[in-house]
Amino acid sequence: MEDAFYRDVGLKVGLEIHQRLDSHKLFCNCPSTLREEEPHSWVSRNLSVSYSELGMIDPAARFESLRKRNFLYGIYFDTTCEVEIDEAPPHPLNEDALEISIQVALMLGMKPVDEIHVMRKIVVDGSNTTGFQRTALVALGHEKSYIETSKGKVRLETLCLEEESAYIIESTPEFAKYRLDRLGIPLVEISTAPDIWHPEQAMEAALKIGRILRATGRVQRGIGTIRQDINVSIEGGARQEIKGIQELELIPEVIRREILRQQNLLKIQEELRKRGISEEDIDDPIYDITDALSQTGSQLIKRSLSKGERIFGMRVKGFRGLIGREIQPERRFGTELADYARVFGGVKGILHGDELPGYGIGDEEVRKIRDMLSCDDDDSFILVIGEKSSSTIALESVRSRIRFSIKGIPNETRKALPDGNTSFMRPMPGAARMYPETDILPVKTATIISKIRELPKMPEETVNELIREYGINSELAWDLYDEGKIPLFKKLVSYGAPASFTAATLTSTMRMLRREGENIERIAEDHLIELFKFLGEGRLAKEAVPDILRGVARGDYSSVHDYLEAYSMNLDELDSLIDSILERFRDKVLERGDRAFGMLMGEVMKIARGRIDGAIVSERLRIKLKEFLKT
Amino acid sequence: MLHYRGKAREILSSLGLEDFDRIRVKRGGDVYEGILIPRPEILDDEHVIIKLDSGYNIGISLEGAEIELISKGSRKREKRLPELGYREDLPGVSVVVTGGTIASRVDYSTGGVIAHERPEELLDLIPELADIANLKYVQLFAEFSENLTPKHWREIAKTVESELRGGAEGVIVAHGTDTMHFTASALAFMLRDLDKPVVFVGSQRSVDRPSTDAVLNMIAATRLAAQGPIAESVIVMHSSPSDDHAYALRGVRARKMHTSRRDAFLPVNDLPLARISRERIELISQNFRRRREGTSGVYLDDRIDERVALIQVWPGIPQGFLSSLEGIFRGIVIAGTGLGHVPKQIIPEIRDLIRRGIPVVISSQCLYGRVDLKVYETGRRLLEAGVIPAMDMLPEVALVKLMFVLGHTDDLDEVRDLMLTNLAGELGAHLGLNIFPPCWR
Repeated sequence: MEDAFYRDVGLKVGLEIHQRLDSHKLFCNCPSTLREEEPHSWVSRNLSVSYSELGMIDPAARFESLRKRNFLYGIYFDTTCEVEIDEAPPHPLNEDALEISIQVALMLGMKPVDEIHVMRKIVVDGSNTTGFQRTALVALGHEKSYIETSKGKVRLETLCLEEESAYIIESTPEFAKYRLDRLGIPLVEISTAPDIWHPEQAMEAALKIGRILRATGRVQRGIGTIRQDINVSIEGGARQEIKGIQELELIPEVIRREILRQQNLLKIQEELRKRGISEEDIDDPIYDITDALSQTGSQLIKRSLSKGERIFGMRVKGFRGLIGREIQPERRFGTELADYARVFGGVKGILHGDELPGYGIGDEEVRKIRDMLSCDDDDSFILVIGEKSSSTIALESVRSRIRFSIKGIPNETRKALPDGNTSFMRPMPGAARMYPETDILPVKTATIISKIRELPKMPEETVNELIREYGINSELAWDLYDEGKIPLFKKLVSYGAPASFTAATLTSTMRMLRREGENIERIAEDHLIELFKFLGEGRLAKEAVPDILRGVARGDYSSVHDYLEAYSMNLDELDSLIDSILERFRDKVLERGDRAFGMLMGEVMKIARGRIDGAIVSERLRIKLKEFLKT
Repeated sequence: MLHYRGKAREILSSLGLEDFDRIRVKRGGDVYEGILIPRPEILDDEHVIIKLDSGYNIGISLEGAEIELISKGSRKREKRLPELGYREDLPGVSVVVTGGTIASRVDYSTGGVIAHERPEELLDLIPELADIANLKYVQLFAEFSENLTPKHWREIAKTVESELRGGAEGVIVAHGTDTMHFTASALAFMLRDLDKPVVFVGSQRSVDRPSTDAVLNMIAATRLAAQGPIAESVIVMHSSPSDDHAYALRGVRARKMHTSRRDAFLPVNDLPLARISRERIELISQNFRRRREGTSGVYLDDRIDERVALIQVWPGIPQGFLSSLEGIFRGIVIAGTGLGHVPKQIIPEIRDLIRRGIPVVISSQCLYGRVDLKVYETGRRLLEAGVIPAMDMLPEVALVKLMFVLGHTDDLDEVRDLMLTNLAGELGAHLGLNIFPPCWR
């Protein structure tokens, strides 16, 4: 049923998977190390757009360049160099990274191109110090390049090797602040055809591609090291590029909500047609309507006016009720318009007729506003608070977005929000933004391909081997695989603890501790080795493992041995433990006499295991039992 | 047009193909479609480059490839350039274009750089210039600066002279950065009675990248040429890796000290004369030749003798090396070590050269500081041999100056006098403790 729905709306999704490689930077020898601390120094720059190879300036580039912005770059003297800050030409393409990307291409059944040409992709948001991102097409897909999913094949189109952008710290319309530690880390970008027709299929394909990337053992792991961008469209809608989906599990929700958004935007379009509103109707001028609110009780407005800001307004003909219409859960058409105002004008947001009276603005004030803007009953209006030039740009961009809603849905680059909604980032870039990187010579792939003797095992093969060899179930095996813990698992299992328990400790127990908020980064490989050695020697009960790991994570113990020391029992404690157990099982002991020993030993060990030698327990219990039976 | 050579050219031209045609290439079961992109000459003749619809270029081996034309390429659209206006209230500034990346664009068909022909092309990238001055272009040549010779210096100087006499309020010389300080020094000596700014400007990041330093450099240079009070031959380039200020450096005191940084030019034995932002000029020094209003009275003195060598001594420099220069050169500038020393085994050769009428000037590889030949014995023996100390002059400046001086006299005493006389701010600096730059201090 659900399937029929997605077929019906004509859902088309393509993926772009970006994976950081475990190698030094793509165009210099700096390490791919991320920094947390304040940069050692700052450099301030501007970017100016020049003509592209074919003599055209791309609209996306022009859009950014219209914004005269300062870019501040934080540099680290020890891990970034002149190349990142664009004070020196790039070094030749990192061959190690190129080899990894060709390896991935071959694993995916893609065909490396004969000669790789590094291109400059114009990006003038400041995220690259040069004003372009260097990127190279490494391999192309053909009919045999695809990922098999439970809902059908997903063809692979291109594999590119590119440089990671700078890390953004802060962004305003006047300036943006970046750190350069991340700039230049090699990234593989894999793009699929828009073959995906079901939200869950997108996640499945992304998971499979991610696993193949990790199968090389030469990619970075951890948060932020793999990113999935998706291209989504539905029949009658428009293609959207959605960036910044942090978790794989969120992909289906983002797609479902994008379908909803496009459907609702199409409904608004339909409604406008019924109301007879045309593009020419949306050309109202912008007025300063501060006077209408000069006596307002609204705190929001008062605060702004006291800063010397003004209020600007614009009528929106025939839109009453539509700006407030919900298009995604908790997002209205007005929210979309506010995105435009923020991105282009740098204002905080908008107020619109469908949400007023409100925000402390009363009926009478709304009447005044409607009056000043000559609104009829079925008209709505938009207000922006700020200084004149930015407010004007904000309202103009809102106006052109509103005008577009009459003819359809604009192609946009959108940012995924944590709940699965998306917000507008910028218009979708065109293809004219690429020109050759003249500082780097092309590279022939034949010699690199000939160096690759053997491809890494595919994920399924590795996991099946693990299942066969250790008798663990497939879920545990995939968990170990996905978390990159197979080598550690094999090592720990050799100390003698059961395989399934070992696998579960490394995966589900660790996940549980992380969910509980424990700092599992503190649990080092050495701790685990020590722990599993003790377990193998029978000096520790399995039951104690979560507690021990929690203790290590909290820094209570620096080693498992510490834990044992802290918890070890002296003879007095043992005696009183034995006494209490004899008392608890009094009836059984009296009934079974000496034959109760085994049962009693088991009960005592439940508590004493790992805390005192079993031989001592056995000796003391024997004596105590004898005494007990005598009395 | 077809920018391919050898085998590739044969194949492509036999099919009647030209750059930017849309083609299909079949090879080993794969089919590629895209626009035929010119191949830079330094690459082999065994691949074609096509631009795919995604915008990416790829190279395809011609071995076993079948190529067909899909459609002829459309003529490149003429760029719409902004119109060159004229504002009565703005001064006229001439831009003398000699080459380098500052006044040029990259030609993607050859990978080479093509000099601008019209100021409109510069205004297209830097529209701010139209609010500072009325620009005029004088296209001299399109040479990388490493290819320039004293003959080019003369031609540049002559052009600058005639632009100034023709009423320009200042002249900008768009120049490659490698030898910019040589040319700037040459003009400092050759333009006598200079009374308007002559501003050398270049760029370390070419204008085909959005991060180009040309924008700030050009704005600063234009501002200085149009409004600046400094009537000297100066170099205007970035003051730091940031895009906020440029420095105006006295041409005879500037040196390119880094291969690629934006702020590669440093003043040596001198402070910058001014700091220039997009909006204003801040003077750092008051010690410069002042602009005079009205029509320029500058005149050209271009008598120079190119036959001067600049050589650097090194440990173990063999005897006979210096003597071998005799007959080719009429003067020699030596960049010595430390205070101006040379290995003692070559001092007799130096003495012989001087005896035979070849002036030998001693400068220092240290660049910073003053040559002093009285401190150690080697120095005293050099003095006694008759060398001329370059004092606080840079080796390159000593070279240019010796060429200029030898263009006027071959009398050794006169040569010595002139070399030790300050002609254009190249000599006799006050060496305050604030002029030596290490940036980690």
